[in-house]
Amino acid sequence: MNHMKSLIKISVIFVVLITMTSCRKDTAPNYQFMPNMYTPISYETYGESTAFANGVEAQLSAEGTISRGHSLFEYENSLEGYALAKETLKSPLDSTQVNVNNAKILYDIYCGICHGVKGDGQGNLVKREKILGIPRYDDPARAINEGSIYHTIYYGKNAMGSYANLLNEKERWEVVSYVLQLKADLEK
Amino acid sequence: MRQVIHCKLSKDFLCLGLIILLAFSTSLSAQEGDPVTGKTLFNANCAACHQLDKKMTGPALRNVEIRLSNDQGLDRAWIYAWIRNSAGLIKSGDAYANKVYNDYGGTAMTAFPQLSDQDIDNILAYTAEVKVEPVAQATTTKTSTETTSSISNELILGALAILFVLLASGLFLVNKTLRRFAIAKDIDLPETKRTPLWKAFVQNQFLVLVTAIFLLLSSAYFVYGYLMQIGVDQGYQPIQPIHFSHKIHAGDNAIDCKYCHSSARVSKTSGIPSLNVCMNCHKSIYEYKGETTPEYSKEFYDGEIKKLYAAAGWDDAAQQYTGNSQPVKWVRIHNLPDFVYFNHSQHVSVAGIECQTCHGPVQEMEIASQFAPLTMGWCIDCHRTTNVKVEDNAYYTKIHEELSKKYGVDKLTAAQMGGLECGKCHY
Repeated sequence: MNHMKSLIKISVIFVVLITMTSCRKDTAPNYQFMPNMYTPISYETYGESTAFANGVEAQLSAEGTISRGHSLFEYENSLEGYALAKETLKSPLDSTQVNVNNAKILYDIYCGICHGVKGDGQGNLVKREKILGIPRYDDPARAINEGSIYHTIYYGKNAMGSYANLLNEKERWEVVSYVLQLKADLEK
Repeated sequence: MRQVIHCKLSKDFLCLGLIILLAFSTSLSAQEGDPVTGKTLFNANCAACHQLDKKMTGPALRNVEIRLSNDQGLDRAWIYAWIRNSAGLIKSGDAYANKVYNDYGGTAMTAFPQLSDQDIDNILAYTAEVKVEPVAQATTTKTSTETTSSISNELILGALAILFVLLASGLFLVNKTLRRFAIAKDIDLPETKRTPLWKAFVQNQFLVLVTAIFLLLSSAYFVYGYLMQIGVDQGYQPIQPIHFSHKIHAGDNAIDCKYCHSSARVSKTSGIPSLNVCMNCHKSIYEYKGETTPEYSKEFYDGEIKKLYAAAGWDDAAQQYTGNSQPVKWVRIHNLPDFVYFNHSQHVSVAGIECQTCHGPVQEMEIASQFAPLTMGWCIDCHRTTNVKVEDNAYYTKIHEELSKKYGVDKLTAAQMGGLECGKCHY
């Protein structure tokens, strides 16, 4: 009978140990020593907040204002705006202000996935038949130029979305210069 | 804004096998065209705005020729005219051309004058093909193999358990019969009167001392271990409101991390992409076509894309935004305490560290989880062993040289650059 008792004791200890170790769930965060030193008192960028009507701390900038470091883009998001940009919009950067290495890095991240690293419309998503109908940059009918490229990056076009919030103004113009370079390479 | 422009033909023959299969199912109405060439032409010229079975920027084009001739009484000559110069057809006052133009919100389909009659015939042959229903065979076979393997595991375990029970009962029976024999033959089993084990243990003071020390040390070890993991969320894997598979996006489709987490390049936080970044691709990608598992079926993934559309306020049928969007309550996984400063751009753009160094093989994670412990010791370890990228950085050349001289090393580690100073991260 002694053996029986010790067996029961051992198994009880075992069960307790197992429950202790298995309490930790991966879907819930762990305990914290002093939570008030971990979590900020101020609002977190994408946190919930009762200060605004839609309950989110991050808000769009007020109508008619421009954030610091940004400038006004006076071309409309329309076919007329596109045509006007194609005709009149010129890059504010001269060749010394364009960091070609940086432009290539940005292009490969944001554009190359569809337009292809060579600009021939054969990006990875096109090769895998996820997105189709991506044009080549040297397409004579489109005849893209710096103004039209910038307008397209800024507002998007057809199925392409806007990249204005992923690239800042200088980066957009750098990408424009890189696209023109790819276009020239394709036309060779 | 929308505008349709033609693009050059690319000589790309994708999925030849499928195309050859499809070629046999050509319907009678467009026999003179070649659907294989048609598909290539369609994908290169039309697919940006048209799909066969779904309205996109332009209308769905499955059986467009039959539909036009049945519903509108328009023949192939009209289609030629429309494709080559739709604006001209609209201007000429053609009733149906104007109707289509207005139905699609004045979206101009730009001319494709370079397409020959033969090209258009080929495209029409492709659009007249019978829709092929996808076969869900692969998934079922996968399921069956998986279930059989788990069944065989259970069988082996069960057999082992039965064997164990049999052995135990056998021993018990042997013992019982032997005792019975002993009683029957009048053999006295020696009943030795031993002191119980625990009494013997208590009487031996040396053993008690050693055990006490051992118990104290081991409990201290476990208590220390428990205390040290408080506040460490390694392996934290919360359930997100929309199931986003990093495996599909970053792994299968090889989309760069910084495409979505673009602020990691330029700011302190890597950021959660806003939904317009999702919609950059998901305007065109409305269904999942990749490989599936029993747990994550095509229906499951399609449902998650529907959730995205609901949150972004995108009406997929009408192909426009409703303006009625909902914020998505993503659950933050990596969370440094507020008393630590960490800057993503400094590590990503300046140091050029791969995202995977700290975040693990994200491109293989179906559900994202925290890979690194994010403890101070973990930061310090990396700062001690990582060499600073000093090449091609003229701005720092002088200070790098002086520091190298001071420490007598060729390559500086982050720690030697001041990466261990308290105030760099805590202030």
